[in-house]
Amino acid sequence: MSTITQLSIFINNEPGAIANISKTLKEANINLKAFNIAEGSGFGVLRAIADKPKDAADKLKKQNIIVKLTDVIAVPMVDQPGSIYEVSKVFGDENINIEYAYAYAGPKGAAVFFRVDDTAADARLSVQRPQRDAL
Amino acid sequence: MAYWNKEIECMPPERIKELQLDMLQKLIANLYEKNQFYRNKMVQKGVKPEDIKTLEDITKLPFMYKQDLRDNYPTKMFTVPLNDVVRFHVSSGTTGKPTLVGYTRNDLDYWSEALARSLTSCGVTDEDVMQVSYGYGLFTGGLGAHYGAEKVGATVLPTGTGNTERQIELMQDLGVTAIACTPSYLIHMIDVAREKGVDIRKDTKLKRAFLGAEPWTEGMRKHIEDATGIKAYDIYGMSEMAGPMYTECEERNGIHIPWDIMYVEVIDPETEQPVPAGQKGELVVTMLRKEAFPLVRYRVKDITNVILEPCKCGRTSVRIARITGRTDDMLIIRGINVFPSQVEHTLLQIPEVSASYMIIVDRINSLDVMTLQVELKPEAFSDKVEEMTAVKKRVEYEMKKYLNIAVKVELKEPGSLPRFEGKSKRVIDRRTYE
Repeated sequence: MSTITQLSIFINNEPGAIANISKTLKEANINLKAFNIAEGSGFGVLRAIADKPKDAADKLKKQNIIVKLTDVIAVPMVDQPGSIYEVSKVFGDENINIEYAYAYAGPKGAAVFFRVDDTAADARLSVQRPQRDAL
Repeated sequence: MAYWNKEIECMPPERIKELQLDMLQKLIANLYEKNQFYRNKMVQKGVKPEDIKTLEDITKLPFMYKQDLRDNYPTKMFTVPLNDVVRFHVSSGTTGKPTLVGYTRNDLDYWSEALARSLTSCGVTDEDVMQVSYGYGLFTGGLGAHYGAEKVGATVLPTGTGNTERQIELMQDLGVTAIACTPSYLIHMIDVAREKGVDIRKDTKLKRAFLGAEPWTEGMRKHIEDATGIKAYDIYGMSEMAGPMYTECEERNGIHIPWDIMYVEVIDPETEQPVPAGQKGELVVTMLRKEAFPLVRYRVKDITNVILEPCKCGRTSVRIARITGRTDDMLIIRGINVFPSQVEHTLLQIPEVSASYMIIVDRINSLDVMTLQVELKPEAFSDKVEEMTAVKKRVEYEMKKYLNIAVKVELKEPGSLPRFEGKSKRVIDRRTYE
């Protein structure tokens, strides 16, 4: 478990908005490992894990896209029943509230990215579990 | 044919002109003496009270604009001391400050007098029950219609706006025969009644509606009348004049303007010269009896034409045709005046968004819906949907506060709204009136 940086991107709620953003990502040669899209009323927020988030953010800003770097906790897990329970129970036991989460499953294994309010959460959770590279 | 004040309403046209000239001369002499604001305007234009020798000489007088009311906010252009002012009403201004109007006791009396004549000309009597579904409060619609109907002796049911189901119930229970509201609200009411299984034609005693405060058409009139069997009358006015004041008569061929209350001109807005009767142009009005503050050659910005042909009802006053548009960019949304400049002004106070915007107006279920698209500033962006929703709510709150109407806000990426060089087209009005 470790803290990693994700891209948060503001998107208009209208046809073609995601296509526009992903075109820019393509042209900037940015590969996304995982992402989710949250829906607000009348707008959306795309959150994504990219290889070099700071680079990616700079490139997107140059295209006038609203982007912010935010920290999420990446937790590697075994791709089998019960894994989510095992991890989320640790959060609960430590009284850490999860704001949102999204998952990734790739050749090297599975991982879940958690966004929490508590900045010290990662350190507190590390005590509970040995660190491992999420991706 | 019933008249409220037959002698005045059926006065021979030649006599009207003599009396109007007399009223105009006295009005201007009084303003020149007692009203610093209008005196200054006259001095600037180099015109003196004695230059008004004929009615046509009115064109020598300076125009007044909505901006004048704003510049003199709140009471700097009042002619009378505040202890002679018995009421204020407030409407939207073009930016920031609203437009404030004041009334002396006589101003209120003549407002009701105008409406009493109008309502009588449409057959309203003391036997009627009048439901007033215009907003009460700062807006002149509710209180104006209220006192006008009371003056005629009708029984007033002051429902105001909203709570439509209850309004329909009361309409049935109290035997309402006449209603005053916006045309879109009546259409909404008809729809809601139908959903509740109430047929206005069979299940109520409603016979007449006085519809105004927003643009409407003959198509809407036909729709309302076909759906309900009532007669729908156009009512006109605005807070600068007093409020809603003038209606069509039973002939429904133009709005009668009581000659002893308001003098009308129609001009070409470009050349500022009068256009011939029957030709469309911008309405310019002079309130001949107004005491609290002057309204002389006021550029109303509504487009209409004067009708001089005698009306079959026997009234000899001029009429104006149904308002067909505006010479400025003012929007009327649910009866409330909205200027794009107000929206811009309000956005400048909100740090999270830029001043670029688009206004989209739709009519959904007979009601106007205004959507405001604004651009989020990059530094205001948060990853949390909750915080973004709070920004959106803040814009909605500020708009409600300044425009006095509910606005649906959509946050957009910076740069995603159209940019304009020269005259901007920030309003898309998708309402259809037929």
